[in-house]
Amino acid sequence: MHEMGIATSVLDAVRTEALRHPGAKPSRVGLRIGEWSGVDTESLRFCFDALVAGSELAGLQLDLDYRTRQNRCEQCGAEFPVSGFDITCPECRSDNTRQVSGTELDIAYLELED
Amino acid sequence: MERVPVEKKVLSENDRIAGELRQRFADDGTLVLNFISSPGSGKTLFLERTLEGLPEDLRVGVLTGDIQTDNDARRLARVGFPVQQITTAGCCHLDARMIDRALEKWPNEHFDVLFIENVGNLVCPTSYDLGEECKVVLLSVTEGEDKPLKYPGAFFKSKAMVLNKIDLLPYVPFDADLACENARRIHPDITIFRTSSTTGSGLEEWRTWLNARMTAANEKRALATR
Repeated sequence: MHEMGIATSVLDAVRTEALRHPGAKPSRVGLRIGEWSGVDTESLRFCFDALVAGSELAGLQLDLDYRTRQNRCEQCGAEFPVSGFDITCPECRSDNTRQVSGTELDIAYLELED
Repeated sequence: MERVPVEKKVLSENDRIAGELRQRFADDGTLVLNFISSPGSGKTLFLERTLEGLPEDLRVGVLTGDIQTDNDARRLARVGFPVQQITTAGCCHLDARMIDRALEKWPNEHFDVLFIENVGNLVCPTSYDLGEECKVVLLSVTEGEDKPLKYPGAFFKSKAMVLNKIDLLPYVPFDADLACENARRIHPDITIFRTSSTTGSGLEEWRTWLNARMTAANEKRALATR
């Protein structure tokens, strides 16, 4: 629902970064999107393409690195993938675990062509 | 071809403004709560009841976000504290810049507590930091018990959950204990209040929690300025 705003923020960041590399054209931008980031990746792609088409960034590609949820056990330190709502540590059966991955909404990299 | 690391949050501009707001609130000793829920869960009436219970000399501000109309602002203003409507004109959430702009209209106000009523939506508002001390999510008993599981982000990021409209429990097939259990599966430490804005049930516990947080915000400021 708010993917147009997210896509706009991504392109703003691309433009800012591109200013630091005069003469180079941004060709690809890489994002990390967590399962619990609240962002629908298909909708984001749609908005991204719509904004890029006809702009000075036309041709810019979007790479999405989708991150599923991971928890870390506060008891034994094990990190494990979480699916559904079972957050019990598979190693020591402790329920005292914290989410360490799955809420990402980051710009990882930008590729530029001369 | 050259690949350069960017490594920043997509919403870094929002987060930057939110950070400035948070600093300003800390300097003023203002407790800021960001209320999130689906449309119709009773945010506005719950806020009206909350405002009615506050002492008149307390410095209270209210920002209420909606896609259209200033109906909520007019309702909330009846209690007597300053209220501003933020009309987002289609946008499904409030962002930090909207809060910043609204506060520019109150240059001389220093609040003890600022309530922000977000746009009714359990998805998008969770992504936007508004500089608040914490988010509070409302869930009403006319919704499903599985809302926390369907919209985990909102419950994961909220410090407290208000299970609202409990006066309707005899009339709806809603399992309140299951709803609370679901919320704790997403967020084990979440504080839960069971309230009714109609009967006033549960509002005392809520006010006690609110007062404790206001005192803490004020003490933090006093420590910082010492």
